[in-house]
Amino acid sequence: MLAKRIIPCLDCDLGVPRGRVVKGVKFKQIRYAGVPWELAEEYDRQGADELIFLDITASHERRETMAKVIEKTSENVFMPLTVGGGIKSLSDARTAFNAGADKVAINTAALKNPGLIREIAEYFGTQACVVAIDAKRRYGREPGRVVVDTPDGECWFECSFYGGREFTGIDAIQWAIEVEERGAGDIMLTSMDRDGTKEGFDIELTAAVSDSVNIPVIASGGCGSPEHILEVLKETNASAALAASIFHFGEYTVSDVKEYLRKGGVHVRLQARS
Amino acid sequence: MIAIIDYGMGNLKSIHNALTTVAGNPVIIPESRDLAGADAIVIPGVGAFGDAMRNLSPFADALFDLVDSGMPVLGICIGMQVLLDRSEESDAAGFGLIRGDVVRLPDGVRIPQMGWNELTIRRDSDLLAGIEDGDFFYFVHSYYCVPEDGQTVVATTDYGVDMAAVVEQDNIHAVQFHPEKSSKKGLVILKNFVEMIKC
Repeated sequence: MLAKRIIPCLDCDLGVPRGRVVKGVKFKQIRYAGVPWELAEEYDRQGADELIFLDITASHERRETMAKVIEKTSENVFMPLTVGGGIKSLSDARTAFNAGADKVAINTAALKNPGLIREIAEYFGTQACVVAIDAKRRYGREPGRVVVDTPDGECWFECSFYGGREFTGIDAIQWAIEVEERGAGDIMLTSMDRDGTKEGFDIELTAAVSDSVNIPVIASGGCGSPEHILEVLKETNASAALAASIFHFGEYTVSDVKEYLRKGGVHVRLQARS
Repeated sequence: MIAIIDYGMGNLKSIHNALTTVAGNPVIIPESRDLAGADAIVIPGVGAFGDAMRNLSPFADALFDLVDSGMPVLGICIGMQVLLDRSEESDAAGFGLIRGDVVRLPDGVRIPQMGWNELTIRRDSDLLAGIEDGDFFYFVHSYYCVPEDGQTVVATTDYGVDMAAVVEQDNIHAVQFHPEKSSKKGLVILKNFVEMIKC
């Protein structure tokens, strides 16, 4: 049976020569590893199922730095690697793939130029294009929107881009259906209401999107504990959960989380300790 | 030297790095004449069936000769599927080295299958030395292989249907998952393949 995936997200500041993972990293009993590929190796040892490298810088050199980060990582880490942040074109995607990425995640570029999804899928395969959707709740009913019932009232979900700084007026659920038709392989769905709060995933959002598409949905935004991951994987049809801070701050290892999920009845990949 | 056939679709860095890690001495081969010095061949897994067959056609004659000579061949993902007769994905004919069809994953499951799934081992195989029932491997595919001869199926995986995950016929070895993306267990399989050259 296919396992639910646990995906640590590495927010990379590429403004320094070797890049560094921001948010600080303090593993229990493990030396500080601020360099992205060292952290990637540590997550591999812990049993992460995939890794996402997110470029959170805005410098001009970042594409080259990210390429180097992926190149170094792919020498020793043999699991799917996704690169996101600042990918605007097929050429940007190609730089990432040539460095050893398996998938690229696009958000702003997909909303501005939806044809890019198909281009990436045709060049690198349908599994290669992850569309990231950053969705925010808009309470109340509006014509032409997919309205979802939540404990806080009816709402629809609006897509944002430019890292959450601007809104598009596009319905996130309708957009999810469209990106599947256009050839996306995964949807990385981030709740803007929950991101950074550590209050748990947006269950209604995740359920609504994962029930509307047939491609895998990665739940993101709001993870503060293993209980939150259990909740989103049990109560929705999400295929994967993404988390950053609970792993980076060393509160939990990936294997701690997976052991907890297994006890809670979620099918996960546990590897024998070696 | 292990020849990784470069048929011009996607990057081959992962499989190259993984074979390097297990001391496989891989070389990426873009032209069929460069297969001459190979001790083994890997057909990597990128792209769709029709494109893969079109781009692989210049390698066909050399591949048939080397398979006949007993050289170990490892097909990965789409590189496994092209070894069969045909696929529902395309009108293009497969190599037909293994009799059988490639069919679409059943309704009722998310397509593609993307993620880690378990192997059920059906019979002993050198390729799976050190691999146990229930070990996980990374799959990304929308179609799967149905070999005519069930005896060729070495291991299966369950995703809406119990399907062939590892198929072997004489010197031809094929895996539906990506060993180069399957962490330590994937490297074990690649290491086992490398060992076959030395025998």
